Amino acid sequence: MALLTLALVVPLATAIVTFLARGTPELQRGLSVAGAATLLGVSLVLGAEVVTGGPLAATMGGWPAPFGITLVADLLSAAMVVITGVIALAVAVYGLGEIEPAEERLGHHTLLHALLLGVTGAFLTGDLFNLYVWFEVMLIASFGLLALGGRPDQLDGAIKYVALNLVSTLAFLAGVGLLYGATGTLNMADLHGAVRELDNAAVVFTTAALLLFAFSVKSALFPLFFWLPASYHTPSVTTSAVFAALLTKVGVYALVRVFTLIYDADMPLIQELLLVGAGLTMLTGVLGAAAQNEIRRILSFHIISQIGYMVLGLALYTPLAIVGAIFYILHHIVVKANLFLVGGVVKKLTGSEDLARIGGLWAAAPWLGVLFLIPALSLAGIPPLSGFWAKLVVIKASLEAEHYLLAATALVVGLLTLFSMSKIWLEAFWKPHPEPASAPARGLDRAESWALLSPIVALATVTVVIGLVAAPFYAVSVTAAEQLLDPGAYVTAVLGARP
Amino acid sequence: MELALAVLVGVLTTCAIYLMLSGNMVRFIFALALLSNAVNLVIFAAGRLTYAAPPLIGEGAKAPADAVANALPQALILTAIVIGFGLLAFTLVLVHRAHQALGTVEADEMRLAEPAADGDEAR
Repeated sequence: MALLTLALVVPLATAIVTFLARGTPELQRGLSVAGAATLLGVSLVLGAEVVTGGPLAATMGGWPAPFGITLVADLLSAAMVVITGVIALAVAVYGLGEIEPAEERLGHHTLLHALLLGVTGAFLTGDLFNLYVWFEVMLIASFGLLALGGRPDQLDGAIKYVALNLVSTLAFLAGVGLLYGATGTLNMADLHGAVRELDNAAVVFTTAALLLFAFSVKSALFPLFFWLPASYHTPSVTTSAVFAALLTKVGVYALVRVFTLIYDADMPLIQELLLVGAGLTMLTGVLGAAAQNEIRRILSFHIISQIGYMVLGLALYTPLAIVGAIFYILHHIVVKANLFLVGGVVKKLTGSEDLARIGGLWAAAPWLGVLFLIPALSLAGIPPLSGFWAKLVVIKASLEAEHYLLAATALVVGLLTLFSMSKIWLEAFWKPHPEPASAPARGLDRAESWALLSPIVALATVTVVIGLVAAPFYAVSVTAAEQLLDPGAYVTAVLGARP
Repeated sequence: MELALAVLVGVLTTCAIYLMLSGNMVRFIFALALLSNAVNLVIFAAGRLTYAAPPLIGEGAKAPADAVANALPQALILTAIVIGFGLLAFTLVLVHRAHQALGTVEADEMRLAEPAADGDEAR
């Protein structure tokens, strides 16, 4: 009980105290890192608790479920919260070396922790309307972070991001309203039973379609992804990294949660849409990336393409495929955040992200090359890094389900991902600098290298560890998938044992 | 009554979609206001419509004697109105700032974050 609330109180309290400390930047930075570290600590305790004791649930305000708002942590939620803690600490530390004092004064730290609050809330809530509220908390914080500083290109990106995301939340809200009208409950565990008892197929399908649309926009699924490549490369690198790691994954999490717990797989049209959507998402993302020439714009398109793999896992809906989707989400968050962080160091060292205008980094900073290659090769799925196992499971699941075309797409997309990563490698690291005279004179000073490089090293270590010792992470994914496909323990944790 | 609300929601949604498709961000803001009201009405109607039956419980009783209005959808709508108002205000300011910085409110002309490639300009 206390643990679940604590995971929300910590980011909320950090957001508040960093706001109060806005006059003293040193204090603000210290509080921000301390808050993120505390969040990681709490999430690890929560994770350990759920691994040993099964799903945890707590109702707020003394109202028993299904009337009160419920917080639930099954293994998927707990794992997502742990990974959120890892990313929180990584970007909080990275921000020390990257965020401009002006952005700090405008409230970067406060907005960052408000965003983490929304993300954690979305992972932990067991109530559908409450999920909508957490989505809005997350959205408004991300709007702020995205537009912070107000450079014209940021405003341009923010307009598209804001507009498309607001449309999706309205669809979400309409779906929630109709589902409530049909079942009389908003508690997700209660909806699990209530939706199965509904004999009105039209209502079930309409609400499912509205939620599918809403979460597909959030997770940047084809053809609803246009807000993402328009905006993700415009804010500070720290902001880009936390967006890339967490925001779309909240959408994928919501898809997984809603289409395992509330709806069952017995909706052929929805499943078909997800399958086709997943395939086209993988393909358009990677082809879009091939056309780009700036590091963060390439990486943004790769987020889209990778979302396809996760949704493919969900759409196949076999136990192995769900395992693959969960493993993929966990691995991807770490890898993607890290690639953006490395991109930020490249930008800092060379002064540009445009591949045509930079080069020679292998000679100037070989260590950075190694740190780039770990997440880059993992993203492409090269053994023995974490991405290999993630892709292996998803592709094996699609072969077993006899979706050969999708399996082939997944393989080809992996190859094209390698092409994109080697493009960044060749252009930024390997080729000599196009104008040696204007080559970077500036290195990183001591404090900067600590702040920028320690999160990159830490996340790269996580990637290598997941790759080399995949078994425990795989076991966690298997248990999480079992809990999703048989939500008995989840429902009992929320509603108590029922005859 | 349900029928009237359903028609109203349909009309609001249609107008909102028409305005959104124009690509003009000012019209988009109006569309957003219309659409969020349409969604609020959906929630309202989903909670069943009852005439003049406040959800009050008599003194000493544990449950209301007759059928009463459902208070929960109204609480949901209240939450949605507050959130929607905040987001609408933010969007309004954002579009205003974008107009100052970019000199346009047409979404198609905002190409700073994604500049057109050379091939696109021929079109």
